[in-house]
Formats: sequence, structure tokens, C-alpha cells
Amino acid sequence: MILECRGLNKTFISKKAVIDFNLNITEGKIYGLLGENGSGKTTWMKMVAGLTKPTSGDIIFKGHIWNYQDKGTIAYMSTEPFFYDFMTIASVGKYYQDFFDDFDMQKYLKLIDRIGLNENMKVKALSTGMTAKLKVAVTMARKATLYLLDEPLNGIDYKSREEIISIILEEAADNNSFVISTHLIEEIESFVDEAIFVKNGEILLQTDLEKERAENGKSIKDIYLEIM
Amino acid sequence: MNYNAEIPIYLQVIQDIKKKMVQGRIIPGEKLPSSRELAILYKINQNTAARIYREMEMAGYCFTRRGIGTFVSEEKEMFEKIKEEMANELLHNFMTGMKDLGYQKGDIISQIADYKEEKAK
Repeated sequence: MILECRGLNKTFISKKAVIDFNLNITEGKIYGLLGENGSGKTTWMKMVAGLTKPTSGDIIFKGHIWNYQDKGTIAYMSTEPFFYDFMTIASVGKYYQDFFDDFDMQKYLKLIDRIGLNENMKVKALSTGMTAKLKVAVTMARKATLYLLDEPLNGIDYKSREEIISIILEEAADNNSFVISTHLIEEIESFVDEAIFVKNGEILLQTDLEKERAENGKSIKDIYLEIM
Repeated sequence: MNYNAEIPIYLQVIQDIKKKMVQGRIIPGEKLPSSRELAILYKINQNTAARIYREMEMAGYCFTRRGIGTFVSEEKEMFEKIKEEMANELLHNFMTGMKDLGYQKGDIISQIADYKEEKAK
């Protein structure tokens, strides 16, 4: 097990964002984190990435209580754009290299080339789809063991979505894990190992999708409609 | 590939590979994609890809050479057998559907004889 959350809570002044999260993330699996806006998905990711502190509860990473050093091997991709307009593709890479020890410049350049970008292009000039792909590429260029991708498929064209999915499937391996949050449940259906359904800050269900199909004849959509 | 979301993905991919074998798009002894390549090709995860080869190996459709890859069976009889099995399955589903509508075997046979294939444009 790579990550375990036990009784995890996050309360903001006026709102309980995450309520008693209990979940397990195993190596070699891809997880879909599903729920509406404001259901607690992003807050949970930010806690695991070390960007915000839990109010209570435990995050256990690779068998020990999460500490700041673990940030170096957990790659989080936020929904908000985090590049400055004046940056070039090359400077985005350098910026990341400065921040993260596990950043692999060679891998970044390879990924950039693969998605049709070059080092001299300006971030400002990129289309929405291109920006989305750049975000994924720079995140995947980290040699992390846990990747948390917040809405990597939202608001972009079909082809860019397919490319992003391919990159994820190329990088997914026995020794890493992916958590992908999305509203586009049908987009991720074929390749997600387990789905985690979240509503109003609570986990309603964590389930193995092949098992649901085999044992109950249920699609991810069937389950979604049933419990959400 | 378009999946039926209510049927296990691994079964659907195996079915697709078998169909390619029957159609001659995959030939006896041919090297199959690595499980990573299979994952990307079919938009599935590593675990499903590994399971597909495991199940296919158990059924004797393919075999693995350690460190080299997974290969389709070299036995031509195997391909014939798969073709027969797939045809039987289609026929079975068809017959069941027709009987549900109240057709008897004799009616069905004459229906098939009278059946006009839609012309390809």
C-alpha cells in the first residue's frame, strides 16, 4: 500500500470540506476520484500533496506518517493554471527542476516533443488543449510514486484528452499509482482500476470496476446514478 | 474500441483479439504487443492488460517467452477452433433471440434462405 488515509478531516472556517476520509491507494493502480465540484476532491489532493494541513486524522505514506519529505515523491497537478504568461516551454521545465528533486529534464523534453510542443514556444501562445497537455507533461516528468491529477481532462478537445490518457497509460507502472479526479466518468471508465465516489465531503464508495462489471453487471455510470 | 460498460473490459478485449485472429489480421506465431502497448492500444490499465494475456495463455491462445514477449499460438487448428466457437456463440445468441420471438427452427431456416443481404454501397 502506498497511501492510506484514516479518519481524515479538513474543516475551513465555515465549511467541512473533507469528512472522515478512509481510503487505501495501492501501487500499480489507477484510481478515479469522482464527485461534483465542492465535494472535497481537491482539498483531499492538496492535503496529500502537502499544500494544506488536515484538521485531524492520519495520512500514511509508504507505511509512515506523512512528512514534508514525502512531497518530493508525490506529484500533484492542480486545476488552476500555474504558469506565467512570459514563460517559455523551456523555462517551465527549469522552474520545475528548481522545485522538485525528482524532476527529469530528459523525460520532460521527450514528453514535450511527443505532444507537439517545442522549447521556444511561449506559454501565452498555447491553446487550452496544449496548456492542459503541458500541465500533464511537466507533472509526469517527475519520477514520483504517486501522481494526483486534478481534472486533467476537463474543458479540452477530444484529441487532447486521448493524448493525455495515453501519456498516463504509458507512465503507469507496478511501482506507482495515479489518482485522477474528473467529472467525465465515461472517459476514464475503460482504464481506471478503482473508482472512489465522493459527495459533500464524504466518501460514499471505493470499488473495483472490473469486479462491478463481472459480478453486478454495473457500469461506472450505473453506480454513479445509484449512489450520488 | 467502443466498450459495453457493463461487461468486464478484459473479456471484450480478448474477444476483439480472437476476432482479429479469425480474420487473419493476427497470424499464427505472431508476436503480440507488450502489455504496456496493449494498454495504450485498448485504453486499459496495466492490470487488465496483464489479465488478458494471462487468461489467453490459460486458454492456450498464446504463450510467453520470458524476456522476449507474448506470441500467438502457432497451431492453425487453434484458429479454426476459435472461429467455430465464435460462430457457435453468435448462432446460439441468434437462435435464442428468434425463439424468444416465437420462431421455430424450421421457420428460422426458411427466413435465413429468404434473407436478402443489404447491398453494400
